[in-house]
This record gives sequence, structure tokens and C-alpha cells, in this order.
Amino acid sequence: MEQRIQTGRALAGYRRDDADDHPPYVHADYRSSLIRAPKRPLIILPHTLSEVTGPAFGHERIGELDHDLTRQHEGEPLGERIILHGRVLDGDGRPVANTLVEMWQANASGRYRHPVDAGAHGPIDPNFSGAGRCLTDDDGRYRFVTIRPGAYPWRNHENAWRATHVHFSLFGPAFATRLITQMYFPGDPLFFQDPIFSAVGDPKARDRLISTFDLEATVPEWALAFRFDIVLRGRDATPMEH
Amino acid sequence: MSGVTPSQTVGPYFHMGLLAGRDTNLVDPGDPDAVRIRGRVTDGTGDAAADACVEIWQANRAGRYAHPEDDREDVPLEEGFTGFGRCPTDEDGRFEFVTVKPGPVPFPDGRAQAPHIDVSVFARGLLNRAVTRIYFPDEEERNAADPVLSGIDDAERQATLVARAEGGDLVFDIVLQGDGETAFFQV
Repeated sequence: MEQRIQTGRALAGYRRDDADDHPPYVHADYRSSLIRAPKRPLIILPHTLSEVTGPAFGHERIGELDHDLTRQHEGEPLGERIILHGRVLDGDGRPVANTLVEMWQANASGRYRHPVDAGAHGPIDPNFSGAGRCLTDDDGRYRFVTIRPGAYPWRNHENAWRATHVHFSLFGPAFATRLITQMYFPGDPLFFQDPIFSAVGDPKARDRLISTFDLEATVPEWALAFRFDIVLRGRDATPMEH
Repeated sequence: MSGVTPSQTVGPYFHMGLLAGRDTNLVDPGDPDAVRIRGRVTDGTGDAAADACVEIWQANRAGRYAHPEDDREDVPLEEGFTGFGRCPTDEDGRFEFVTVKPGPVPFPDGRAQAPHIDVSVFARGLLNRAVTRIYFPDEEERNAADPVLSGIDDAERQATLVARAEGGDLVFDIVLQGDGETAFFQV
């Protein structure tokens, strides 16, 4: 049966990522990937209306202080206050406006406020939840005020420590642009032994995960700033066959 | 190289950041068209993936996406229906959504696609999301004509994308690796 529900729609897909843009599913040094990564070849999914659309979130989901992780409790959290900001862009350098940015992180002691993290490496901070969200503005900009997270140990290999990082989740305009990633800090001495970071094989791609110190956005006598621009896929110039 | 920001694993602590709004009911469970879709995420050893996050994206019951790109005015939008769902797996790897079967949406060449739901799976150990689709077991004819589903050569892999009816629910298990591995897409 071939049911036609309408004549063809000129529909531009999103540009396919290159193989070295992202880490492979299986990265032997990252232990959990060995039993969880799909191993059969992926099937190419054409970008149909289902993939060029995606969820949109409005301001109703964002609380007034959701972007400021230092003001979500009675007192101030311990640690080094920082501003984390940047722009969400598409692959052609255009801003991705009004898109939801969600982030979460460990506190200054490297401890997550999460039942799975029962680590002895550092205490919970009663004044720090470690989660934020905001929408980008018309220019694709976002800004969080937070605490610089600490490094923490994990059991991937002998004496393993995660490089200091902040988790970021983005939707972009479509199902095809969904991205979850981690942002790192410049000059981290732990990079060399962090298999999640180094799973991205191409050093230039890896560099795109590292924020830059931003003196201009630093607020004197208050907080250092780090800038992290996030690039989602761009759109194909020409519509798919129709 | 396209210049995009690389993907990284969601890690084990995503509940802190992603579940401020838990979105498992896309419609009211009392909706006459409501269907419960549930399943289990398992790893290559057959163990439950107890720290995975499953997201879904779908059209409404008429087949319209709540998105500006879907501008087909002859297909109605539905007040309050976003088409998005997100559910963390429990200690047994289980997730569930209450939603409706989406209506048919067009393939770029104008053919109808069978009703389907796009799925992203995120988990510790997954350096990039795993993408799949849920198709419906009572749509044999449309499934057979679906350009995406019928484009999968291996019948066994094709079958992993069709949910099964069980006790009034639909069950869609996600096998990340190994025997019966779910067919995953490069999107």
C-alpha cells in the first residue's frame, strides 16, 4: 500500500556530522562504553518532518533564579564563584535563539548532590544544588552564575579522576540537533587520563569542549568568567528529494 | 570537519539537571486515546540500565507536530500537546510514557510514514545518544509501506522497532548491545 497524504514538501535536512566530530560509541578506555555501546552498524535515518521538528520550551518552565546557582538557597555556596556564558550557534554561525539550555555539575568539593554520589572525597554543600537552566536570548546568548566545580575520583581505572567539567543539555530547533555534552576548563591537568574527554579523537573537536577564560566578562572583585560557545548542526542548503 | 560541539555522555547524575520537569504523561491518562508505552533498557550483559534517560518526540493524534516547521494548516494542532516526553529508567531499567498514537506524517517525497515516535536514549557509557523509533503493532499495512522501516533489510532488526501489545499496554524494550540489539539510527 502506498498512501500519499500530500504532495512532496521541500524539506531541508540538517547536515550530517563528520565521523570525527563526536566520540565513537565504543571507546575501550571508557569502561562503561564496552557493555552499553551499540555495536551493530547504524542505519541512516533520512531527515523527515519528524527529525526537522523538535520540542520547544517556553519561559514558563524557567524559574527566576534558575540561571544563578549561587542564589538558590538561604546562604551562599562555598567555592570560587564564576560566570559561565556563551552563545549557542548553528554550523553556519547563526544564533540559535530561545532554546533551552540545561546544566548540572558537582560542587566545589567535586561532590554531586545525587544519591549515587556517596563519595568520601568531599561534602555536600547545603547551599548548592548544582543544576541550572535558561533560554538563550535572540542573539543565542546564555549566562549562568555558579561555583567552579571540583575534580572527583571515579572507578574507571586505577587512580582515575574526572577532569573538571559542567554537563550541558541542548535541544536546538529540531530532533536532529539534540546535544548533550560536557564543558571543561582551560589547562586542566587531568585531561590526559580522562577517557570521556579523550574519546573525542580529533584534537580540534576536543578543543571545542574547553571553555576559554574571558577577562572582558569577568566582574571586578566578584567573579571570573569563562566562555563556552556551543555549535549545533547547520541546515542543508538544499531540500531533500521530493 | 563541521565545527560542531562534540557529544559527551550524560553520565550518572543527569537527574539533577534534566528532570526538573518530569515529562512522562503527554496526555491525561483518562484520555480515550491514551496508550501506555513502557519498556526496559538493558545492556550487553542483559543487565538493566538503571541510569538511562529516555526521551520521545512525536506528532499529535492527527499527525501534526507542535513546531513552526510543520505548517500544514489542514492538520489540527492540539492545545497542551507538546509531543515531548522524558523519563529516567528505574532500578530495573524500566521507563514508561502515557501518550497517544500519532497520526501519519509525510516522508519528504509525499508518501505517508506509518505512525511512529522518535526516541533518544542517553546513559552513562553512551558517549553519544542512541536514536531509535517506536512503531505500532496494529499498523501492519502502514508499517510495511513505511519508507524508513521497510528500508531496513534485516527483518530481525526491523522487528525491534515495532512495540508489542501486552496487557493493554504497548511494550518497547531497548537493547543497547548484543543479542536482539535494537536497530539504532544515525540521525
